[in-house]
Amino acid sequence: MKRQMILASLLASYAALPLSSAFADEATDLAAIRKQLNAMQHEYEAKITTIETRLAKAERDAKAARSAAQAASRHQAVAAAATRPSEQVAQAAPPPAPPQPADISAESAPIPEQSSAPPPTPPTSQNAFNPGIAAVLNGFLMASSPRDTKNAIIPGFALGDESGLPPRGFSIGESEISFAANIDPELAGFLDISFDDQNNPDVEEAYITTKDLPGGLTVKAGRFLSGIGYINERHAHDWSFSDAPLPYRAFLNNQYGDDGVQVRWLAPTDMFLEFGAEAFRGDAYPAAGAAHNGVGTATGFVHTGGDINDSSSWLAALSYLHSSAEDRVTDDPLSSGVDHFTGNDDLGILSLVYKWAPGGNPTVQNLVLSGEGFLGREKGIFDDVPVSQDRNGFYVQGVYQFMPQWSAGLRYAEVNASGVSPLLAGTVLDDLGHTPRAETALLEYDTSEFGRIRLQYTHDDSDVKSNDELLMQYTVIFGPHGAHRY
Amino acid sequence: MRKFVIGAALLAAFAATPAYANLNVFACEPEWGALSSEIGGDKVSVYTATTGAQDPHQIQARPSLIAKARTADITVCEGAELEIGWLPMIISQANNPKIQPGQPGSFEGTRYVHLLEQPTALDRAQGDIHAAGNPHIQTDPRMMLTVSKALAQRFAQIDPANASYYTAREADFEKRFGAAIAKWTAEAAPLKGTPIAVQHHAWIYMENWLGLHEVVPLEPKPGVPPSSGYLAEVLQKLQQQPVKFVIRAAYEDDRPSTFISEKAGIPAVVLPFTVGGTEGAKDLFSLYEDTIHRLLGGLKK
Repeated sequence: MKRQMILASLLASYAALPLSSAFADEATDLAAIRKQLNAMQHEYEAKITTIETRLAKAERDAKAARSAAQAASRHQAVAAAATRPSEQVAQAAPPPAPPQPADISAESAPIPEQSSAPPPTPPTSQNAFNPGIAAVLNGFLMASSPRDTKNAIIPGFALGDESGLPPRGFSIGESEISFAANIDPELAGFLDISFDDQNNPDVEEAYITTKDLPGGLTVKAGRFLSGIGYINERHAHDWSFSDAPLPYRAFLNNQYGDDGVQVRWLAPTDMFLEFGAEAFRGDAYPAAGAAHNGVGTATGFVHTGGDINDSSSWLAALSYLHSSAEDRVTDDPLSSGVDHFTGNDDLGILSLVYKWAPGGNPTVQNLVLSGEGFLGREKGIFDDVPVSQDRNGFYVQGVYQFMPQWSAGLRYAEVNASGVSPLLAGTVLDDLGHTPRAETALLEYDTSEFGRIRLQYTHDDSDVKSNDELLMQYTVIFGPHGAHRY
Repeated sequence: MRKFVIGAALLAAFAATPAYANLNVFACEPEWGALSSEIGGDKVSVYTATTGAQDPHQIQARPSLIAKARTADITVCEGAELEIGWLPMIISQANNPKIQPGQPGSFEGTRYVHLLEQPTALDRAQGDIHAAGNPHIQTDPRMMLTVSKALAQRFAQIDPANASYYTAREADFEKRFGAAIAKWTAEAAPLKGTPIAVQHHAWIYMENWLGLHEVVPLEPKPGVPPSSGYLAEVLQKLQQQPVKFVIRAAYEDDRPSTFISEKAGIPAVVLPFTVGGTEGAKDLFSLYEDTIHRLLGGLKK
């Protein structure tokens, strides 16, 4: 370096000497040398500028070091996790600046730029190991005519207690707080507590997952949302519409989550191919009573998907849920009493999702089409009467983001229950010759990735008499930046 | 690109026979895919997860990406939270312990350079700010030289059998690329001190390199699309402080910069931002060549 500079200055002084025009060859050489020198000069200038900037920056950094250290420790807590369970694991990892221990060999060699960075300040407080905490807030304004949505029924189905719509007027819906963190190099944990609008806390999810099982395996244990279907595994704030589609309300009490174990295996193929199986306690609708010594529910699912071209991609899922109910008690708005059911519920779900974004870039415009078909049978004793009822249902929906921050959606859903014996006529299992269905339109404005306002209109034919429902909703998330599931 | 993908796919299928396996690289952005190829040569199979037409902040965590991450030996990404909206989801669904954060198979270029604009306070009211600093380091080619050293070491760490191969290729790359940088810097001399407007505040490293002077970004806050009201404010500012041109990345919505370009009577310059962003930006070398060429073009108009 020093030698180069001496040489450069020698050459520079030489080049400065006046030359006689006679030596044409030398002149060309000189021109070449000048050119080189110019290039070198530029290079050095650039380097000097960089060094100056770095120096200035270093000085500034030294001043800002204390406040930066505080910001860094705060950031670690914030960066530690996310709003969705599964992405926590990955996010919880490292604070961005200081390299990980695993990087040691890569770090040991001199890396010039790195040396100019301010030394990472090691966090000293207990605070550094805090989990990522996220909160979800919801607010509704519901107008409905002529019927109040509170006592809605879906003829042919004994409904779970969460399948209803928000009440008329203002309500805050569910507020959620979630905690996520890596427990150690092998396990990660997630806890999600929700509060309904009556102030009752509820543990929505509380589970651990493995992080480094070989062979593409992951095991999850605790209370969690089942991986069946497409939207079942997502928290309500992650759905495309303000409420669950009709089949999810009728078959799964919005979504199925319970205490149990899940195993997933991702095949090492170019085509996305994932298999999963779960066993649950069987306490949540459509199961009840923790039958079979507390293993009342079993599920299995296959996910596959891929790209069609740069702009289009798809996902398909086939799921199966077998659950046992031992004295399941459901509200009966018709008799203002309750119904009892003991028996088995089998349900198959086929899910298809198609996404389009021009050139694979969804920021300006994108389209998501999805649909799921449900096919099931509930067999057992309903209010002391033997019953075997076939049920099916489906929904199709599309949400189109037509410009940044704005999207519009449409959804159609219907469910069907087969007829029941005359002994059950007039009960909630009687379909009353009616096909429950609903058409929904949505307009959404996203204030950012963390906030949105929705206006949703539903022409609701789920009950015998049709109902018009207008719903305004805001949803905000604060806390760590959650990655988005496909 | 398509041939490349097919090639990578074939190699990935081939990788099922471990004896001849190449190092499977999952590159988050095209520039890191290109750098991985420069250093890894035929010892690595590079899959590039995104294209120059995509906004690297906002990628859908598609099933195809999860499948690729499942068989990856290393992810090579920008880091500094650029990919925070999608990569963590892919990694958590890929069931691949090798690429978990903190493992040798998780490589982030921004860890090896000093990041500018590290915020002293984190508040989402400030828009889409990156807590670790501005992540868009690839807009300055000098950063590539720093990162290439680290990447070669990392390849060598994961695949010790080919360590000398990676080191040799890196040294060769450094020589060629260093010379190219000197050439570009010289060519770009007329740009020094040029006042410009930018659509997204993503060019700070390039501005540093070439001495460009950013007068105003078209986004009111990072990642927040401009309203027409804000664009009117920008126009007002440009009347007081004129700029030579307005730049945007190829993947960005062209409307804000086109609007400003027409109203202020200045050229709108589209830059590749990454390999494949424009026709001309075919590899790491032509990326910067094309960038300089386009910037100089903006000066002439």
